[in-house]
Amino acid sequence: MKILVAVKRVIDYNVQVRVKEDGTGVVTDNVKMSTNPPDDNAIEEAVKLKEASKATEIIAVTVGEEKAQETVRKALAVGADKGIHIKVDGIIEPLAVSKILQKIVEKEKPDLVFMGKQAIDDDCNQTGQMLSALLNWPQATFASKIIVKENKLEVTREVDEGLETIEVNVPAIVTCDLRLNEPRYASLPNIMKAKKKPIEQINASDLGVDTKPRIQQIKVEEPPKRKSGIKVANVAELVQKLKNEAKVI
Amino acid sequence: MSVLLIAEHNNKELKPFTLNAITAASQIDADIHVLVVGKNCENVAKNVSEVSLVKKVLHVEAEHYENFLPENFAPLIVKITESYSHIISSANTFGKNLMPRVAALLDISQVSDIIKVVSSDTFIRPIYAGNAFATVKSNDLKKCITVRPTSFDPAPTSGGSAVIEKIDGIEASNISKFIKREEVKSDRPELGTARIVISGGRGMQSGDNFKLITAIADKLNAAIGASRAAVDAGYITNDHQVGQTGKVVVPDLYIAVGISGAIQHLAGMKESKVIVAINKDGEAPIFSVADYGLEADLFEALPQFLEELNKLNTIQK
Repeated sequence: MKILVAVKRVIDYNVQVRVKEDGTGVVTDNVKMSTNPPDDNAIEEAVKLKEASKATEIIAVTVGEEKAQETVRKALAVGADKGIHIKVDGIIEPLAVSKILQKIVEKEKPDLVFMGKQAIDDDCNQTGQMLSALLNWPQATFASKIIVKENKLEVTREVDEGLETIEVNVPAIVTCDLRLNEPRYASLPNIMKAKKKPIEQINASDLGVDTKPRIQQIKVEEPPKRKSGIKVANVAELVQKLKNEAKVI
Repeated sequence: MSVLLIAEHNNKELKPFTLNAITAASQIDADIHVLVVGKNCENVAKNVSEVSLVKKVLHVEAEHYENFLPENFAPLIVKITESYSHIISSANTFGKNLMPRVAALLDISQVSDIIKVVSSDTFIRPIYAGNAFATVKSNDLKKCITVRPTSFDPAPTSGGSAVIEKIDGIEASNISKFIKREEVKSDRPELGTARIVISGGRGMQSGDNFKLITAIADKLNAAIGASRAAVDAGYITNDHQVGQTGKVVVPDLYIAVGISGAIQHLAGMKESKVIVAINKDGEAPIFSVADYGLEADLFEALPQFLEELNKLNTIQK
């Protein structure tokens, strides 16, 4: 079974994001960037399936500017066999990403596509579902457990009410929850080896996909600030404040 | 043009967040039609028809709609969208799973998780875990939108008498199959809609220690939440998780106990009206959003908290 894993380069999850003063976006200069956290879970799951001899090849793919390649290189260091970087500059919406990935799927013919359930930058939570629709494949979103069966996957999904289990035919798209597994760190020898693994570069414009944004970003601003609170000395004072000042209990 | 709103339900009852999405829809266009798809869900269609903001209910029945699989829902929705300018659902796991599949089939760039309607094509949505608010304008002819339910009041459930129009389903896709759903049953208020939420984090140290939180939740008629760290440590089940990738809650009172306040947790609770933080680390980031901070050992503070509550003559319910 061949698995394509889509990864995205985002501002590291530990960075306190700051809004640009001119309202055009958030500050990205000199900010630490990393792989989108649930995309790490997607790679990890693919590598585990390969180690269990259920997968034969893992291809890591990313869509983005030149530096987005770093996320593919990291996936190669963790266990992906080859990489693909679709080069495109500027804002690219999930719909355009899913159209690009559709082209890559048609070319590489994977049996499964894994990716994180949501990117922590735009918080859209769309790409996996959109790619499933374009390919007319089943989707198993927010996956916290995957069992490989004969031409099928049994996937446990994290939903509002608790857990839901579904069975999807292969080929399928799986979007991964953080709870799916514990992503490993790449070892130094593997990081060195990954430098020799191939990354194919393709210009998005050569794929014949319209990547123009359909959504215009008018402004980005800081959310309203909370007024600063107080520290109370003890529990009795806390309860009195909640009762008589905030009037919430 | 009209708005098509996709109802979330369990074939017996309407899920409450659909009502919040209806309010958001009403700020876009007054002609709201609600699609109720399921198996033996007549009662849901009837309930929706009584919501005064709803002008029409489209009711679809079939065996294969019982478990709301998006592979079956999306083509059906696409088939009936022609006369609609907006397709809307709530941005919980139901809408998040379904709407992008619909949007892609219609070649529409979806606007996810809106918290404000500026005009029929312009919306505000949080990005970067709520650390920034983006105002965005959709230039697609039709719009596919998901609505953050806690940012809109629920629509009143009575006073309406919308027509219920039965329409035919389409055949099943048969590429996916529902196996089971493990719902956690509770007598407590639902986390997403509770007036008071009390949450525990890694500082609770064990699942057993959550009984300290349960006792206070009982007293306050509160829902119980948790940080991702507490869920990952196995102290409590995932349906309690509050945060960027869990539930977003906006109660009147949020009590964070033994929670340090990671960015991703703050994303799920910092719009709460009053926030209390109880943590023994006075430098914990949770104090930066707390209206009332108590620097204390939770294992001493929680029993005292219960004792003080017991002394009160009345407690709001």
